[in-house]
Amino acid sequence: MDSVASILIQVLNGLQYGLLLFLVASGLTLIFGIMGVINLAHGSFYMIGAYLAFSLTSAFGNLFLALIAGIVLSVLLGLLLERLLIRHFYHRDHLYQVLLTYGLILIFEQLRSLLWGDDVQGVKVPELFNHSIPLTETLSYPVYRLVISAVCIAVALGLHGLIRHTRLGMMIRAGAHNREMTEAMGINIRLLFALVFSLGVALAALAGMLAAPVSSVYPNMGSQVLIICFVVVVIGGIGSVKGALVAALLIGLADTFGQVYLPQISGMVVYLLMALVLIFRPEGLFKKT
Amino acid sequence: MHPHSRTLGVVLLLALAALALFPLVGGTFYVQLITKVMILAIFAMSLDLLVGYTGLVSLGHAAFFGLAGYALALLQPKYEPMSIFITLPAALALCAVFALLTGALVLRTRGIYFIMVTLAFAQMVYFVFHDTALGGGSDGLYINNKPLVGWGELTLFDLENRTSFYYLVLVLLVAVYLLLRRVLASNFGHALQGIRVNEHRMRAIGFPVMRYQLGVYVLAGVLAGLSGYLSAAQFGFVNPEIISWHQSGAVLMMVILGGMGTLSGSMVGAFVFVLLEEFFKDDTVFGAVAKHWQLLMGLIIVAVACFLPRGLIGLLTRRKRDAGDA
Amino acid sequence: MLEVSQLSKHFGGLRANSNVALSVRVGQIHVVIGPNGAGKSTLINMLSGDLPPTSGSIKLDGREIAGLRPDEISRLGVGRSYQKTNIFSSFTVLENCRLAAQSRAPQAWRLFTPADRHAPAIALARHAIAQAELDGREHRVASTLSHGEQRQLEIALSLATAPRVLLLDEPLAGMGAEESMRMVALIGKLRSDHAIVLVEHDIDAVFALADVLTVMVEGQVLASGSPAEIRANPQVQAAYLGTEHGHV
Repeated sequence: MDSVASILIQVLNGLQYGLLLFLVASGLTLIFGIMGVINLAHGSFYMIGAYLAFSLTSAFGNLFLALIAGIVLSVLLGLLLERLLIRHFYHRDHLYQVLLTYGLILIFEQLRSLLWGDDVQGVKVPELFNHSIPLTETLSYPVYRLVISAVCIAVALGLHGLIRHTRLGMMIRAGAHNREMTEAMGINIRLLFALVFSLGVALAALAGMLAAPVSSVYPNMGSQVLIICFVVVVIGGIGSVKGALVAALLIGLADTFGQVYLPQISGMVVYLLMALVLIFRPEGLFKKT
Repeated sequence: MHPHSRTLGVVLLLALAALALFPLVGGTFYVQLITKVMILAIFAMSLDLLVGYTGLVSLGHAAFFGLAGYALALLQPKYEPMSIFITLPAALALCAVFALLTGALVLRTRGIYFIMVTLAFAQMVYFVFHDTALGGGSDGLYINNKPLVGWGELTLFDLENRTSFYYLVLVLLVAVYLLLRRVLASNFGHALQGIRVNEHRMRAIGFPVMRYQLGVYVLAGVLAGLSGYLSAAQFGFVNPEIISWHQSGAVLMMVILGGMGTLSGSMVGAFVFVLLEEFFKDDTVFGAVAKHWQLLMGLIIVAVACFLPRGLIGLLTRRKRDAGDA
Repeated sequence: MLEVSQLSKHFGGLRANSNVALSVRVGQIHVVIGPNGAGKSTLINMLSGDLPPTSGSIKLDGREIAGLRPDEISRLGVGRSYQKTNIFSSFTVLENCRLAAQSRAPQAWRLFTPADRHAPAIALARHAIAQAELDGREHRVASTLSHGEQRQLEIALSLATAPRVLLLDEPLAGMGAEESMRMVALIGKLRSDHAIVLVEHDIDAVFALADVLTVMVEGQVLASGSPAEIRANPQVQAAYLGTEHGHV
């Protein structure tokens, strides 16, 4: 019984990690797919979310309010960045987008260091969820982790609904396929892109805020997440939110089980997966939605 | 010869003369600094070959830099030097094999995908050295002796001497520059530039594009390995951070800052980048902010991306680049 | 020399080409015409290797080439020009053609000898430039050429690979009357040494050049034969010539 329970725990952990990855990766893939912009600083938004959770939870004493405030702030940050910088790089070579966003990473990292310092911080799990569900006599599973998964699933469903069933979603899909045509139809591409970018930022920040209580808040968390998300997007296919979900869950599970059963090479498992996909399907598992 | 090339030739010769004479007037610190700049100039030129001439934006070039450094650290015995004629070819061979194997995979992708997978493969190498005991983990390894330029009992010159090391690096820098000039002017080099400008048409006129890209990827990897080897030998230390994407990002910045697609630009870029880094780190100028020098560097990088796409060389030469130009 | 049979291309439910057949030999110009959406571009793309066929056969001198990569097909002696100008804009005219010629050179992998001194490639390039009537424009950067000259360069690029088969996709695209006449004359001169498949909309050019005509409609061959036969064919008149271009 115990071994079944421990496997169940790993599965739940893997899914939870994968769902968080999906949140970040979906923003990344939308920004890539719809705006054609490669954004290395996407991991920084995850980090910013976590640090915001840290500060805002101390300020409000409550993770919920912190989440709401944090999302609002991240959307504002996204709009600001898009307006000032990103907007000027849509038509430019990916090379310069890489350079720009690499510079942004450095700036965000140092601003974070100036504002919050370099120590590892913790965020308390909200009292409401701060207990565990017993699985067996000795093993139990933290409720908060289930909450994280639930929120991510809700967001995933929300995204699906947004893209499939709303006007904005239709514009997103149209914009993904043919920018000129979309412009010709009178859809305000500028506004669309600004919204998509801010959505991406908010998703990444939300993931960081949700993850903060379980994974701590520390300096390099952004870079780590980013590269894994790149792999998620490569495997899932640029522009495909569905692909990002499948790939993120796959990687979440592979990484979690890898760490438990093959700790020496667990870091490599993800890249081996990517190599396999590259050999057989270089454009990713799913093409653009 | 265009007047432009002649001016460039004169400037380069003057720079060479200045570099050759520098150790006679410069202090130890500056000799070491310029050595570091020259090594990074080789690194930057190897990346420019990919980015500026072939149009392949690699964000994982630090992998070769690090692999060669670790090869030296692992091959050379702990307390005695080993012949450079063993360790250097071995390090370069390792880079060549890695480039061949990963190149065959990454070159199946294009555009954004290519950028991401090159980064991911470099991260893979980073994790191999960071997470395993192979290379001393996150602590890294010390290289207690400079490589022996000689064989057995015969020593040609002593690399422990900073000036000798400086001149070795200078000779290699000039050799790499001339080699790349030659390669870029050849049929192969012209094909690379064709691939950058219009890959589709290159296929249509009969070029097996993948083979050329793989060839230049290996060449670039080997040259990056050369610079990584020299860097490890200079500092006597390797750790996973030399494979980090900060390293890959920094060298990309050097290439663009100097002027992409001009070999001399990469050398200029390396020089300016290192100088800026030293300047920003100087706490006599920046006080407490010096600890956060990367913030200033980040601002410069953003500024270059926004306002200086053709780099510093581009400021000087307003003309558009033709095929085969410097 | 070039024999196409049963060639088909399906994109999911869309049948872009169904059972297309045509053949052409050296000294012949085979023109393919048809309304927009007839599948002419798909056909050319399959012949040049830009698109793999779903089924069917393309034989070059008896050798099956269907499904080969574009660079392989090019090296077997097939040259192609594109409807949308597809040149190396930042290179000079000479460099454009020299590059194409280089792909035929046996020493394409030489790493140390300057390309500018590689005489065979330069000679072949100059020959192609002359055939495309671009003499005197050698050292102009391609992007500074007029539209008509760029279309000539488009053809020169395919000629510089010394092909035996030429696939010309709407070479007259975007050209005025005078330029078109010169291009028609140019292509006519190429007839004796090449087997040419020509896709065109310009009816005057079509009838001036065609030895054989194939009319395509909705992915299928409607009729194929000599220009006189085609002109007289009532189905063709109804589907294409009569309705779109007034009297013929």
